[in-house]
Amino acid sequence: MSVDTATVRRVARLARIKVTDDEAERMTNELNSILGFVGQLNEVDVAGVEPMTSVVSVKMRRRQDVVTEGEDAEAVTSNAPVSEDHFFLVPKVVE
Amino acid sequence: MTDLTALTLAEARDALKAKTFSAVELTDAYLAAMEKARVLNAYVTETPDKARDMARASDARIAAGKAGPLEGLPLGIKDLYATKGVHTQACSHILDGFEPTYESTVSANLWADGAVMLGKLNMDEFAMGSSNETSHYGSVVNPWRRNGSDVNLVPGGSSGGSAAAVAAHLCLGATATDTGGSIRQPAAFTGTAGIKPTYGRCSRWGLVAFASSLDQAGPIARDVRDAAILLKSMASVDPKDTTSVDIPVPDYEAAIGKSVKGLRIGIPREYRLDGVPAEIDALWQKGIDILREAGAEIVDISLPHTKYALPAYYIVAPAEASSNLARYDGVRYGLRVPGSDILDMYENTRAAGFGAEVKRRILIGTYVLSAGYYDAYYLRAQKVRTLIKRDFETVYAQGVDAILTPATPSAAFGIGEKADADPVEMYLNDVFTVTVNMAGLPGLAVPAGLSAEGLPLGLQLIGRPFDEETLFTLGSAIEKAVGTFSPKKWW
Repeated sequence: MSVDTATVRRVARLARIKVTDDEAERMTNELNSILGFVGQLNEVDVAGVEPMTSVVSVKMRRRQDVVTEGEDAEAVTSNAPVSEDHFFLVPKVVE
Repeated sequence: MTDLTALTLAEARDALKAKTFSAVELTDAYLAAMEKARVLNAYVTETPDKARDMARASDARIAAGKAGPLEGLPLGIKDLYATKGVHTQACSHILDGFEPTYESTVSANLWADGAVMLGKLNMDEFAMGSSNETSHYGSVVNPWRRNGSDVNLVPGGSSGGSAAAVAAHLCLGATATDTGGSIRQPAAFTGTAGIKPTYGRCSRWGLVAFASSLDQAGPIARDVRDAAILLKSMASVDPKDTTSVDIPVPDYEAAIGKSVKGLRIGIPREYRLDGVPAEIDALWQKGIDILREAGAEIVDISLPHTKYALPAYYIVAPAEASSNLARYDGVRYGLRVPGSDILDMYENTRAAGFGAEVKRRILIGTYVLSAGYYDAYYLRAQKVRTLIKRDFETVYAQGVDAILTPATPSAAFGIGEKADADPVEMYLNDVFTVTVNMAGLPGLAVPAGLSAEGLPLGLQLIGRPFDEETLFTLGSAIEKAVGTFSPKKWW
C-alpha cells in the first residue's frame, strides 16, 4: 500500500501538524518507504493468532477509589504557556 | 590524589564507605570533568549546585552511619526522566521550559538510595532515533574515534548522552530508556554495559512516554557489576504504574561472577544476516567460545519470526507514539505558537515544536490507526508480536536459559553520515535489539571487543522474563574474558 500527497495532508490534519507543500512532498516519499518496509508483514500467516495486548500476563491491580493527589492548581498550571488564575487560556472556541 | 573519575561505581562506593575521600570531593571531580568535556554535548543541563547540596547531605549521612546503597555516587539522568524543578524536555523543542513539579519514580528511587544528580543527559528527541542526531540540542559526540582519525562519530541513540557520559567518565553511571534498542545500541557503540530490564521491572511513572507497551527504564554503566548495582535501586513496583510488576527485586550484584557451568545458551540462526560485517560475526563467535570455555552449553536455536520484528515495531511504536504525543497541544506545558483559532494554534505549535523524525512517526502512527487501516496494519502487527513472543517462549520451554546475539550490525558511524539515507536504513540499527522489546524480555549489552578501526563492539544477552540475574552472570563472564574498554581522551 502507498500514500499520495493528498493522503499525507489529510493525515497531517488529523495529527494537527501543519505541513508545507515541500514537507508534504518529502513526507510522502518517506512514508511510502516505511510502508513498503512494513508491508513484509503481509507474508506472515496470522490466522487464529490473538493480537498481543500485554507482554507480561499480570492481572491489572486495582486501587481504592479515593483521591490520592489533588487540590494543587498552582502545580498543575505552573508550566502552562498562558494561564490566568489557575485557568489554562486558549483562543476563543465559542462565539 | 589519583583521578577520582577513574573509579567504577562499585569502587567509588567502597572508597566512600572507607572514607578514602568525601562525596563532595567525588562530585567536584565529576563537575570538573563535565566542564572540560562540553564539546561532547552529553549534558543538556548541568546541575552543579544541586549536586553539591546532595553530596553534602550524603557526607552527613555517611558520617552518621546512615549511608544508602548508592550514597554519594554522582549519576547523570536522561532528559526523558521527570526531575522536579529541573529541565525535562525529552530533548524536544515542544517541551520548551518544562520543569516538572514531580519526580519520576526511578529517579526518586535513586535519590532515596543516596545518589547525587549531576545533570540531564542529551538524547534523541522523544527517544526517537538511533544516533542522537534528532535531539533539539544537537548531536552528542562519541568519545570514541576511529584509529588515527579525528572524525566525530555518533554515540548511538536514543540514550546517546547517557552512553557518551558514562564512556567519557562524566558520571559514574546513567539512567537511560529502551523502546527498541535505545539502551543497548548506544552501550555497544561506546564500550559500556547497558541493560533493558523485563517490561514491568521498573516503573514508567514520570518518564516522558514514547511507546507505552515497549518503553522500559534501565541503566548504562562502566561495567556489568555497576549496571547490576544501579538496576537494583531503579527497579520497584509502583502504585502509579499499573504495568510495574510486584515481584521482589533480587540482589543483582550477587549474580556477578557466579559460575555459568551448565547454563544453556541459545544461538539463534535467524540473527545471521546478509550484509553484516565479518567482524560482527567473528565477535559473536568469540562470545560463543568464551561462554563454552566457561562451561556453558551452546545450542543452536530458531526464532522464526525474527525478521518481522522490526517492521511490526514500526507500526506498533509509531501508533502508540501518535497517541502519546497528542498531549503536546500548546495549552498545558511547553511551546505555544499562536494561530488564527485554536486549531491553527495546535497545528502551528506542533509544526514548530516537533522535529522531522518525530513528525514522520506521528504521521505513520496516525495513518496506521486511521479508519479502514487499523486491521491491515496495527491489528496485524500485534498478532505478529504474539508470534515473536511465542518464538522465545518455545526455546525457553526447551530449556534454554539465555540467548547470545550481536548487539548491533555495525560499530559507531560518523555524525551526518546517514543524513541523506532512507529512514529505514537508520531503523536497521535496531535489528538485533527490537525483538526483545516486542517480547518484553530483558536484554543486556556487554562490550566484547574492538573493531578493526578501534571502535567498541557489543554482544547482547537475552533472558527469560524477570531473570536479569542470569544475564548479569553471563555478562560478567564475558567481561572477565575480554576486560573493559575506555576511549583515549582527546577532548
